[in-house]
Amino acid sequence: MAVRVAETGDHLTASAGQATSEPGFLDRLRAFYLRSDAAKGYVLLSPVMITMVALLAAPLILLVLYSLWTQVGLHVDTAPTLQRYQEVLNKQSYVDIFWRSIGMSSLVTLVTVGLAYPMAYYVAFGVKRYKFIWLVLLTIPFWTSYLLRAFSWKIILGYNGVINSGLMSLGLIHEPLGFLLYNQTAVIITLAHAYAAFAILPIYVSLEKIDRTLLEAAADLGDGAWARFWRVTFPLSLPGVVGAAVLIFVPTTGDYVTPALVGGPTGQMIANIIQVQFLKIGDWPLGSALAISAMAGVAILVVLFVSAMQLAVRQIR
Amino acid sequence: MADNIIRIENVTKQFIGGVKAVDSVSINIERGEFFSLLGPSGCGKTTLLRMIAGLEFPTEGEIFIDNQPSSLIPSYKRPTNMVFQSYAIFPHLNVFDNIAYGLRKEGLSRSELNRRVEESLAMIKLQGFGKRRGDQLSGGQRQRVALARALVKRPKVLLLDEPLGALDKKLREEMQIELRQLQKTVGITFVFVTHDQEEALSMSDRIAVMSKGDVLQIAGPKELYEAPNCVEVATFIGTINLINATVKAVNGGEVMLEGPGFGQFKAPAMEGLKVGDKIVAAIRPEKLTLAGQKPATGAFVEGMIKASAYLGDRSHHQVFVKGREEPVFVAAQNVERAMGSGFDAAKPVYVTWEPKSLILLKS
Amino acid sequence: MTKPVPEAKRMGDSGSGLLAFAIAYLLFLYVPVLFLPVFSFNDSIFVAFPLRGFTTRWYEQMFADQDMLNALVASLEVGGVVSIISTMLGLLGAKAVTRYRMPGQGAVTGMIMLPLFIPEIILGISLLILINGLNFQLTLVTVAIGHVMLCTPFAMAVLTSRLDGFDRSLEEASMDLGETPWMTFWRVTFPLAAPGIVSSLLLSFIVSFDEFLLSFFLSGLQPTLPVYIWSQLRFPNKLPGVLSLGALILISSCVLVFFAEWVRQLGTSGERKVGVA
Repeated sequence: MAVRVAETGDHLTASAGQATSEPGFLDRLRAFYLRSDAAKGYVLLSPVMITMVALLAAPLILLVLYSLWTQVGLHVDTAPTLQRYQEVLNKQSYVDIFWRSIGMSSLVTLVTVGLAYPMAYYVAFGVKRYKFIWLVLLTIPFWTSYLLRAFSWKIILGYNGVINSGLMSLGLIHEPLGFLLYNQTAVIITLAHAYAAFAILPIYVSLEKIDRTLLEAAADLGDGAWARFWRVTFPLSLPGVVGAAVLIFVPTTGDYVTPALVGGPTGQMIANIIQVQFLKIGDWPLGSALAISAMAGVAILVVLFVSAMQLAVRQIR
Repeated sequence: MADNIIRIENVTKQFIGGVKAVDSVSINIERGEFFSLLGPSGCGKTTLLRMIAGLEFPTEGEIFIDNQPSSLIPSYKRPTNMVFQSYAIFPHLNVFDNIAYGLRKEGLSRSELNRRVEESLAMIKLQGFGKRRGDQLSGGQRQRVALARALVKRPKVLLLDEPLGALDKKLREEMQIELRQLQKTVGITFVFVTHDQEEALSMSDRIAVMSKGDVLQIAGPKELYEAPNCVEVATFIGTINLINATVKAVNGGEVMLEGPGFGQFKAPAMEGLKVGDKIVAAIRPEKLTLAGQKPATGAFVEGMIKASAYLGDRSHHQVFVKGREEPVFVAAQNVERAMGSGFDAAKPVYVTWEPKSLILLKS
Repeated sequence: MTKPVPEAKRMGDSGSGLLAFAIAYLLFLYVPVLFLPVFSFNDSIFVAFPLRGFTTRWYEQMFADQDMLNALVASLEVGGVVSIISTMLGLLGAKAVTRYRMPGQGAVTGMIMLPLFIPEIILGISLLILINGLNFQLTLVTVAIGHVMLCTPFAMAVLTSRLDGFDRSLEEASMDLGETPWMTFWRVTFPLAAPGIVSSLLLSFIVSFDEFLLSFFLSGLQPTLPVYIWSQLRFPNKLPGVLSLGALILISSCVLVFFAEWVRQLGTSGERKVGVA
C-alpha cells in the first residue's frame, strides 16, 4: 500500500543523476501520490469504504430493487413495478400502524428530550469537578444490552410483576393493574427509558461548548438568569437538542424489540409487521416496499421538523 | 560557483481551495551557511521549510537537496532533519530514547549508540537527564532535546521551524547565541524560519524575506537593513522613516527631492530617475541626529519632541514636523550619563542627517 | 448597569433543585435494571414482591444449560472477531480523516457513520436480502458480518476523537528522523493511540455481544446469546434463569464500559501538555 510505493525511493536516490530523462508513467503516478494528501488519505480510507459499500450501500440498493419486484409463489418476478407501493399505501392497517408508530415515537422523543435537557444542563453548568464520573454514569446504560433493558420493564409492568406485586403487598391495591402492560403506554415508557442515554450526550456537548463569557456579557447588559437562559443558552444549545430529537425519533419509529416484548396487539409498530413479512410470510418485495415507504415517511417528517425548529429559533432575539 | 546544498527552483504550493501558500519561489542555500526564512505569519516560510523536509510536496517546481531532485523522495529518506515548532518530544519515551529514536534503524552497536547519545546530551548540557520524560522538562530543555535528537543523526541540513518562539526573552537571546555557535562548531547548513527580524538579523549569514508566498529580497543582514529593495522589506526590518517625495532635479550623482515636512533635500542618485518621478525616500532612525540649536550647515528639519522612550542604552524620540502627519523617529545613543531627557520638550529641536544615509525605494 | 452574576449565585436557588432532579434521573435510569439482579437471587419463579429468600440455584441451573453455554461461546467468538476487525478498520479510517485533507471527506465520513442512524430492522432485512442473493448460508459468519457493519462506525468515532487529540507533528518528527510510515505507526501512533484502541476493542465487543435484532435476522442454527435469550422468553419457568443470565451480562457490561471509558481518557491531558510546547 502506502509503504510499498514509497520504499522504492532507495534506488531512486542512487540513480537520481539521470533524473532529467522522461519520467515513466509509474513515476508520474508515484509523484502524484506523494504530492497529493488526498490520495494518501483515500488509500487509507479504502478498506473502510469498501466494507461499508459492500455491507451497507449494496444491501440498501438491493432493498430498493426488491421493493420493485413481485413475490410469485416461491420465486421472485423481477419485472419492475410499483404495485408493492400501491399495496402498502392503500392498506389501511399499514397506514394506521405507520401513524401510530410516528405518534408513539414523537411522544417518546418529547419525554426523553424534555427530561434529558435539565440533566445535561446540570452536568454542563452545575457540576464542577466530577463531570467525567457523571458522564460515564449517564452513558453506561447506553452500552448495555437493549434487549435486557426492555425485558426488565416487562417484568416490572407485568400482571404479576414488580409494580403490581409491590403495590399489593403494601396493601395499596387489591387487584393487579391490568393496564400497565401490553399496550402503547408500556411501549412509550420502555422506549423512553431505553433511549434516555441517546439524548443526554448531544445536548450536553452543545451546552458545554457555549462560551461562558457570552452569558457574562448578557448579564452585564441587564439580563437576569431566566432571560440569559432563554435568549442565549437555549438558542445556542438548540442544534444539540434537535440532534438528540432526531437521534431518538428515527430509531424508535423502527424499533422491533420493545413493541414485541411489551406492546401487545395494540402496541405493535412498523418494524413488527416488516418482520412478519420477512420471517413469517416470506413476501420480501412487500416487506421491502413497506420498509422503504416507512423510511421515506420518517425522513420527510424529520426534514420538516428540523426546518421548523430552525425557523422557530430565529424568532428568539 | 557557489556550492548550493539546497536549490529551490520555481516552487509553488497550492492548497485545496486555490490558496497559493508559496508562489514560484527560487532560493539557493549555500553549504555551511546559516540561512533564515523571515516574514510575517502566512507568508509561506513554514510551508517552504516543510517542503524541504519532505512533509509537504510542491505543486510545481523542484527542490534539489545536494544536487538530487527531491520530489519523489519521502521525508524519511532525506538527509534533512527538523526541529519542530512544538518540539514534538515523544511523550511515551524518555529523553535518552527520544534522542536515540532516529538512530535505532542505523544498525549501530549498543555502545556506539550510547556514546553518541551521551555526546549529544553533553552538547546540549543535559547530561544525566536521560531518564527524564518530556513533561518533566522545562520549555527550554525540551527545545534542546529536540535539537539534539535532530543533530545526532548528522544531517546535511538542519531545518528549524520557529524553535525559539515559545521561550521568554532572556532565554531566547541566550539560545540565539548558542545556536549560532553550535552551527559554526558542527559546520552543517541551518535553515531557520522565524517571524522575529531581530532574531534573523543576529543569527544569519543570509536572509530571505518573504511575504504572501513571494520572496521579496535575499541578502545578508547588513544589506537587508541598510539597502532594502522595496518599501515592504524596509518597513518589516527595523523601524524606518518614509518620505513620499517627488524628484525636482537630477545632478549627476545626486538628486533633489521634495517631500511633505522635509521641503527640499538632497539624496544619492538612483538609476533611471527623471524629474517629476514619485519616489519614497527612507532613512533609519539612528542615522538622524537631534540638536538643540539650529545647525549652521547641512540638511535639517525643525520640529517638536512629542514623545520619548528611554531604553537604557538608547532613547527613541518621536519628533513632530510641521507639514508631516507621522512623527519622525529618531534613535539616539545615550552617550552621556546625564539625568533628565537632555532636550526641552517645550523648545523646538533640529533633526539633521547625511544625504548619503537616505535610501530610495520604488513604492 | 447590573454586574455580571457569578455562576454560583446564578445556580444558587435552582442549584439544589437541579441536583435533586439529576439524582432522580440517575435513579430512573438504573433502578428498573436493578430488578434483574435482585430477582435473580429470589427463591421463586415469579418476579413478584414480597421476596421469598435468597438462593443461587437459578445461577446453577443456568450454568448447567448446555444450549445457553453454546450460545455464550458463540457470542464471545463473534464479539472477539468483530471487535478486532472493526477496530482495525476504524483505525485506518480515523488515521485517514485526522491526518489528511481529502475533498469529499464529509460525505464519505457521513456514509460510514450511517448505520448508527438507520433503524436496525432496515439494516437487518437488507443484509438478509444480500446474503440470500449471494446464496450464502446463515451462520455465525453472517452474524459477524452484520456486526462489523454496525461496530465499525463506533470504532471509528472513538479512534477519531483519540487521534485528533494528539500532536500531529509527533508522527512527522518520526518520519523526519528516518522511520517509514509503517514503522512510525508502530513506534509512535500505536503507543499513543493505545488507550483509544483498547477502548474501541472493548466497546465494539460490547455492542456485538449485546446485539439482538441483526443477529435475529442473520443467524442460522447456532444462536448468539441474545437470540437464545429471546427464544427462552416465552417459557415462564425459564424466567429466573434468564434473570440470572441477564444480571451477569448487565454487570459485566457495566464494568467493561466503565473500564473502556476510563482507559479512553487516559493520558489525554498529559499528552496534550507534552506534545505541544
